[in-house]
Amino acid sequence: MSLFDKMKKIIDLYDEILKNPHRAEIARELRDEDDLFMLLCFSEVVGLPNPAFYYTLELYPVIIEKFHDWHLRMGMEKSPLTGFRCC
Amino acid sequence: MNSIWLAVIGMSVFAIGYRFYSKWVAEKIYRLDPNYVTPAHRYKDGVDFVPTNKYVLWGHHFTSVAGAAPIVGPAIAVYWGWLPAFLWVILGTVFAAGVHDFGTLVLSVRNKGQSVGTITSKLIGKRAKIMFLFIILILVLMVNAVFAWVIANLFVKFPASVLSVFIQIPLAVWIGYAVYKRKTNMLFPSLIALAVMYGAAVLASRVPALQIDLVRYFGGADSTVMFGLNGVSMAFFVWIIILMVYCYIASTLPVWKLLQPRDYINSHQLVVGLFILYAGLVFLQPKITAPALNGAASDVSWFPLLFITIACGAISGFHGLVSSGTSSKQLDKETDARFVGYLGAVGEGILALIAIIAVVTLFATKGEFVAAYGSFAAASAGGLGNFINGAAQLATGIWIPADIASTIVSVIVVSFAATTLDTSVRLMRYIIAEIGSEYNLKPLTKTHVATSMAVVASACLVLLPKGPNGFGSGGYLLWPLFGTSNQLLAGVSLLLISIWLKRQGRNYLVTFIPMVFLFFVTLWAMVQQVVFQWNVFSGTNPSVLLFLFGGVILVFVLWIIVEAVSAFNRDETPPISQDM
Repeated sequence: MSLFDKMKKIIDLYDEILKNPHRAEIARELRDEDDLFMLLCFSEVVGLPNPAFYYTLELYPVIIEKFHDWHLRMGMEKSPLTGFRCC
Repeated sequence: MNSIWLAVIGMSVFAIGYRFYSKWVAEKIYRLDPNYVTPAHRYKDGVDFVPTNKYVLWGHHFTSVAGAAPIVGPAIAVYWGWLPAFLWVILGTVFAAGVHDFGTLVLSVRNKGQSVGTITSKLIGKRAKIMFLFIILILVLMVNAVFAWVIANLFVKFPASVLSVFIQIPLAVWIGYAVYKRKTNMLFPSLIALAVMYGAAVLASRVPALQIDLVRYFGGADSTVMFGLNGVSMAFFVWIIILMVYCYIASTLPVWKLLQPRDYINSHQLVVGLFILYAGLVFLQPKITAPALNGAASDVSWFPLLFITIACGAISGFHGLVSSGTSSKQLDKETDARFVGYLGAVGEGILALIAIIAVVTLFATKGEFVAAYGSFAAASAGGLGNFINGAAQLATGIWIPADIASTIVSVIVVSFAATTLDTSVRLMRYIIAEIGSEYNLKPLTKTHVATSMAVVASACLVLLPKGPNGFGSGGYLLWPLFGTSNQLLAGVSLLLISIWLKRQGRNYLVTFIPMVFLFFVTLWAMVQQVVFQWNVFSGTNPSVLLFLFGGVILVFVLWIIVEAVSAFNRDETPPISQDM
């Protein structure tokens, strides 16, 4: 390994160390945005009328894993959807 | 004696401690298992629970725990001579801080990555959790007051540093937006920010017009500005109000906007600071002029005050919050805990070591040292200033002019203190909200109510003690209370680890002995200070405020000891599931 490669490796490690907490925070912010999107898509399940529910429900099979994580994060132990359920 | 020997001996003891003692603790006491599925794998969510390379995690852990506290404590404690401070830092790091940081990490990993607070309620009971919340509340209140004083003090003493510190704020916001919105890399912008800050520091050191010197604006130290306040008191007052307004805003913003980008810049500053000091030490090789034992230090006994004056740098309860709050959720393998936890404590010890060296080599003669450290109050008020001048002297070893170096070092210390202040105001807000929801007091759970309470209480606490420069300059009087609450927290964490080890049927003496020692010194120190010194009825130095806070802490010490004895005598089957 040349000196340049070694230096690059050290700088990458240093950058990763400093980026570590930011990665978590940015991921948390993005997850919050996703959670809001999920609530907009499936607001019917928590009692908020959603005229587009018929269409957004079609997303359900595609995002079933994300949906499962979402309802757990929102404090719902079991899936609030009846019929095909993630858990 | 050449001061480099202190660094060599200290590093050698740390290396031996890590190589042998931590290995023995890891294998025989904590019994780390490389095949154990850590919470980072079991609950992997891409946000909090993420398996992380041990070098990356160590760096993150170290930059989270290192701050201004391991600098301030040793700079005061050399009052009793360099030897007691040096011995406490190296032995405390090896036998107390190392096993504490390492142990809290392992305990949390074995408890689903939960924090020390939650584990307290599981292992000891719900009453203990409330006690734990109040201890942290006192700790963060002390941190807010002490660090606000530290920053105001440095702004008054080193006005050239103000410009760079304030430039850091918009730069950090800019980096935060660049990373969040445009997904740019952080390294390059943060290095530019650092260059701009240090450029401003160099300029301000040489151009007096760029130095924001409030004392001068108010007509000098001897002038009377208003309400009978002199220039220095007024400067303290204005700086503390500005800092508290800043804290209010900073602690209610999302962390990625200001706190984290500033943390990123501060991490560069930590590396720069350690490099300047240790490189300066190697090139300059200054002589130790301070006495090994200061015979003139007769007003306050070294025992037990030394052990609470140096909290961070020897052992600190705050590390347990970091270990169990974030690091335990990212540990890839359980065996990495030794590297991350134990070496994280060693990193802090290395910082405390150079703080001692900077101060004990500053003065030209022993007489000058004894004159500067004439009393414990003088040591407390001037310790940090001495560290900065000592660090600037070390920096001349690598050809940085002393005036520029002192500005840069004060910028580094203020940056650390400001981040600590911002984080602890935020933490205090969360705790007030948690206490509010625990006792069903709804208004307390509102962000702005909780933040206002946190900021107003901290401002009152820092402004009330009267120091030599009058109103607002006595914040250093709170330092022993900060040390005590920090040591108490460490004692509680060591208690938890000991109970856990006992219930596993293992040898718990490695954590039990430091725990007994910590409870003993905090109890002794608080009785000595509250009953004999600050006592409003018959004390030698009566103070209502210190008597009140010291009294509360004393009650907590006694409460914890009672809880500890009862928890130890309870012969329960382990209430926590080991296999989750």
